[in-house]
Amino acid sequence: MQYSGAQLIVRLLEQQGITTVAGIPGGAALPLYDALSQSKIHHVLARHEQGAGFIAQGMARATGRAAVCIASSGPGATNLVTAIADAKLDSIPLVCITGQVPLSMIGTDAFQEVDTYGLSIPVTKHNWLVRDVRELLTVIPEAFRIAESGRPGPVWIDVPKDVQNAVIDLAELPAPGKADPLPELDAAAISRAADMINRAERPVLYLGGGVVASNATTQAIMFAEQASLPTTMTLMGLGTLPADHPLSLGMLGMHGARFTNYMLNEADLLIVVGARFDDRAIGKAEKFCPDAGIIHIDIDESELDKIKKAHVGIRGDVKQVLELLLPQVQVTLRESWLARMAELKAAHPLQMPDLDDPRSHYGLIRVVAEQLDDEATITTDVGQHQMWVAQAYPLRRPRQWLTSGGLGTMGFGMPAAIGAALAERERTVVCFSGDGSIMMNIQELATAAEEGANIKIVLMDNQALGMVYQQQGMFYSERFYAVGYRRPTDFVALAKACGIRGVDLDASDDPKALLADALHTPGPCLIHCSIDVQQRVYPMVPPGAANTEMIGG
Amino acid sequence: MNAREGFAETGFQKAVLELTVNNHPGVMSHVAGLFARRAFNVEGILCMPMEGGRHSRIWLLVREDARLAQMVKQVEKLEDVLEVSRHGADHQVFERLESFFRQ
Repeated sequence: MQYSGAQLIVRLLEQQGITTVAGIPGGAALPLYDALSQSKIHHVLARHEQGAGFIAQGMARATGRAAVCIASSGPGATNLVTAIADAKLDSIPLVCITGQVPLSMIGTDAFQEVDTYGLSIPVTKHNWLVRDVRELLTVIPEAFRIAESGRPGPVWIDVPKDVQNAVIDLAELPAPGKADPLPELDAAAISRAADMINRAERPVLYLGGGVVASNATTQAIMFAEQASLPTTMTLMGLGTLPADHPLSLGMLGMHGARFTNYMLNEADLLIVVGARFDDRAIGKAEKFCPDAGIIHIDIDESELDKIKKAHVGIRGDVKQVLELLLPQVQVTLRESWLARMAELKAAHPLQMPDLDDPRSHYGLIRVVAEQLDDEATITTDVGQHQMWVAQAYPLRRPRQWLTSGGLGTMGFGMPAAIGAALAERERTVVCFSGDGSIMMNIQELATAAEEGANIKIVLMDNQALGMVYQQQGMFYSERFYAVGYRRPTDFVALAKACGIRGVDLDASDDPKALLADALHTPGPCLIHCSIDVQQRVYPMVPPGAANTEMIGG
Repeated sequence: MNAREGFAETGFQKAVLELTVNNHPGVMSHVAGLFARRAFNVEGILCMPMEGGRHSRIWLLVREDARLAQMVKQVEKLEDVLEVSRHGADHQVFERLESFFRQ
């Protein structure tokens, strides 16, 4: 059978099980789009390539499978960079395909030529510039293999236009790419870890995004319960242990509750599972868990001993490691340590002022949660609202919580919600956002309308870049600068202009009822609510300080 | 002054890394970029295709410090890097080239 390079790419994507892609066409991607037009693959036409990248991320984060985004050369490729870098930092499997100027024109500063290969090196797990149509036979399956193997991540394939047009004769297609077998485990190290756990008096379990990535939630909960381990989660790990579980300490770190950071400070053993000691989680590294031995389990060897030296480092898939660890860990009640947890929690709980007011930040989050069950998916943008939702929303399942952790990209939330809603059409997807973040990819409102995506944008509007406002207030003597928007934006009108229902809780006599109606009416909706710019995210560990040096809360 | 003495003068120990990599355009960018973006200085670099042309060998002269183990792990993660071995200060590969680098 004869294929053009473009047809071959599309055929191989179909073979990988890809049913939806997000992208924007352009000159150097025209052959690829012509081939896509003949496929059953649903193409989501984003309004900006960064939006396409985050739509793909939403699909990947919701399902755990590699998702695909497509763009043309030059600005199409550069616009994707932020979304791909975001996927790299949060270990999200993506396959990004861009058109490139023809091979003969590479290096001539041709129209819409940019060094996509060079640009993509530092933000991907791996990347290719395809120089011959035959290379596609290995590159496409390899792309999916690499994206989904070990620690997942994004890969980038740059395909010159003439390679897309070149013709190849094939008797059969190559096999689809699939993830590598899991790495061999060090049984002796696992036994040493079990021994440390059995001897510990004040252990804390620390779960990260790796638990979500390896589908190890069940094993992690069994492990916590069997050994009575107070359990904290990173921003990426939220939802793995249900928020209302008696062993849950909630999120640790810069905006963790006081009792959480105090418990960690008193620990004699820290069991770190699929997490990487990010600075926002651990504060000043030398002062983090000063009395604790460390067991570190991660599939990425390079994370072991990177920030904190592990007493036992175990490289492996966390689900497999936990399965081997479980039978070696004694059932323990650990009464005095859990009593200490209860004591600290009672003395230093998370403070949520105005929880009963649906127009306050915590109150709004509470009312949204009351209207939904665990089947809803929650995305956020980045800033104050993100931390408030991380603190206060009762997350109870893995992949319920999609947020930009490592890169902290404002503009993530709404397109990611579109992707999540398209990947799992039965779910309601709520995007909590702020008036700063939402404007960074506001154009995707039009995409949401066109796709009829079941997303509910809960927009907390303080007419400012709230987290920056907070930090200028706390650390720069209230010299507020470049942080407030001088005139308000009519977000409800903006939603309507893009073909989306908009409701305003500010103008409502019964905001709870209006919110309920907005959340339960299928289709996209923007829910606007003004909040107080003076509200801060507390507690807060000042950047560079130890986690015990919290301000507020 | 040879490479070893050069480092001795600045108080640094040297180490030599030997990488076996796939031979295609872009591998040098991957390796050099990795060191640069992790702020780890590479003092010397040599690269030639190996017999048969499918693979290349890259020799790196680096400073031996506490972060080197982490750098080696990062290099090992590169898809096109097939093998990494670490040699001590006694390795001769850079010293033999010294005559090409005299003023």
